[in-house]
Amino acid sequence: MTRRFSWFNATSLTLGFTFLYLPMLILIIYSFNASKLVTVWAGFSTKWYGELLHNEAFLDAAWVTLKVAVLSSTFATVLGTMAAYVMVRGGRFRGRTLFSGMIYAPLVMPEVITGLSLLLLFIAIGLDRGVVTIVLAHTTFSMCYVSVVVSSRLVTFDRSLEEAALDLGCSPFDAFKSVTLPIIAPAVISGWLLAFTLSLDDLVIASFTSGPSSTTLPIKIFSAVRLGVSPEINALSTIMIAIVAIGVITASLVSKQAIARRQNEEQKALKQ
Amino acid sequence: MFKHGDFMAHSSSTSTFAPWEDSEQKPLIQFKNVTKRFGSFTAIDNLNLDIFEQEFFALLGPSGCGKTTLMRMLAGFESATEGTILLDGQDMAPVPPNKRAVNMMFQSYALFPHLTVADNVAFGLKRSDMPKSEIEGRVDEMLRLVRLEKFATRKPHQISGGQRQRVALARSLAKAPKLLLLDEPLGALDKKLRQDTQFELMDIQEKTGTTFVIVTHDQEEAMTVASRVAVMDEGRLVQVDTPARIYENPNSVYVADFIGDVNIIEGNASNKGDGLVEINWAEGQPAIQGTATNAVQDGTRVTFAIRPEKVSITQERVSDKANCIEGKVLDIAYLGNISTYHVELPSGHVIKAQAANNRRLARRSFTWEDAVWLSFTDTAGIVLSDNAGG
Repeated sequence: MTRRFSWFNATSLTLGFTFLYLPMLILIIYSFNASKLVTVWAGFSTKWYGELLHNEAFLDAAWVTLKVAVLSSTFATVLGTMAAYVMVRGGRFRGRTLFSGMIYAPLVMPEVITGLSLLLLFIAIGLDRGVVTIVLAHTTFSMCYVSVVVSSRLVTFDRSLEEAALDLGCSPFDAFKSVTLPIIAPAVISGWLLAFTLSLDDLVIASFTSGPSSTTLPIKIFSAVRLGVSPEINALSTIMIAIVAIGVITASLVSKQAIARRQNEEQKALKQ
Repeated sequence: MFKHGDFMAHSSSTSTFAPWEDSEQKPLIQFKNVTKRFGSFTAIDNLNLDIFEQEFFALLGPSGCGKTTLMRMLAGFESATEGTILLDGQDMAPVPPNKRAVNMMFQSYALFPHLTVADNVAFGLKRSDMPKSEIEGRVDEMLRLVRLEKFATRKPHQISGGQRQRVALARSLAKAPKLLLLDEPLGALDKKLRQDTQFELMDIQEKTGTTFVIVTHDQEEAMTVASRVAVMDEGRLVQVDTPARIYENPNSVYVADFIGDVNIIEGNASNKGDGLVEINWAEGQPAIQGTATNAVQDGTRVTFAIRPEKVSITQERVSDKANCIEGKVLDIAYLGNISTYHVELPSGHVIKAQAANNRRLARRSFTWEDAVWLSFTDTAGIVLSDNAGG
């Protein structure tokens, strides 16, 4: 359905998108500034991206961030999928509503509180802060996002598919592995990508749980900015925006394409 | 698709196939005092039932009567609250669904969307002890059986609804189960395809020799395919019998009313000897002459049930039939092959009578408000006492 935009729609769209993206756009533009002064435009240059490659501190932080993001999003996906499966399939057990509420609570919990409580926990059990603690912390808070994405898929999942697998001789685990998982895979993948991007740009929780040798990129940027914004930071931020954008767009494309392809093929089957 | 011969073959074989009448035969499935409760709701109420090998057994009833629960207990997805279910003499309670020699064809077909047609059929075989080398041959054999060889590499969403139904059938038959359960297998197909598929199902059942238990709410479907039909209501079996006996000798008003069309007249019985019963049903009307299968006490309240096709409609009074009642035509339903006349009697009762339209251009003999005579023999209807069957 194509319809011409009314004036009202066009205006609100422009306003909304300006509000959302103008700051980022300025940041991206200035990352290509030749001048060392952030607010003075002196021609186009990519030299700051080159400089980044020689900045050991930034590269270390980037490596830590990537490690944390991959590990925590993987753990979060496993745990989140399991939680979603139990919540949707487990039937009505005592306290089910309480449990599902508790899984989703971290979505609205202030990050400062999550970070602080994790910090207290790590100190209490005597765990040295470093990559391990950040991974644990990120797993904790991104798990609930994964479980939201996966459970919304599981709700529309035809239960009889699992029963058919059991009927044909699968053990319950085999049924999950060879029937349920392949079918919900797009949701699981987009859950992983979501967890990955959440971990990538988290500052608050990471600053509570990181140690001296494990600074993540957002922490590095934040502390560098306090000493003054440099074009290098702009370049770094632009790269991060790009990675996060790719992550989010891929996540939504994966699930959308799966649906679109299926509808398309169903249409073809009907025409035959 | 459907060859008339299939039907003839089936009907002739059922006339000799009657293991339920042979006390020597051991049933394949036995329900012994089975009760199933969900919370305070009783889905199955102290049920006893024997199903024999090679039967095509239909569980028929309105939704919520417990027929699906009964089937799911056979598959192992539900366990009985009380009583035992035996398959081949073995108690099934401790056996999980994946270890039962029972396969099920689901109402939604439940085809695995990420696997091809051939992989769907092979799914169960790969999890059995069949050697890898034989699986491919078996899959080909099953696809040939349902005539889908050409679609082996398609995904389920790339084939039509009728084809999906046949994939589901092939998949559930691939492991050669002792028992195949079919849950409303034809519900999603349109009427024409459904009729063709019914005959196909019967054909396949005969070829494979598998015992089929089918759940359906469609009485026509149950009558067409089944060797025996169990009519269920509120978790109980009301009548278990061959389709012909269910239709001609219903044991209760419920069965008579559920299967096909029927005229129901209530009245007081008086015995005339030799099984003949007179039913006084309205002031100033001649008593109906009927035949009772069970002994009826004089003066008890009984129900006379007669199928519309057994009531003749004529312009003149006829003398060769035991019953003849006058009325006037209230409504006519023209169905092509037959017409159903709704005739109102002076007592206010409306009786349905059917006549075959066996002449194409005949002038319709009756029209609205015409005075007509309804007649039927003393064995055309059935006398049901209220306590019978119930």
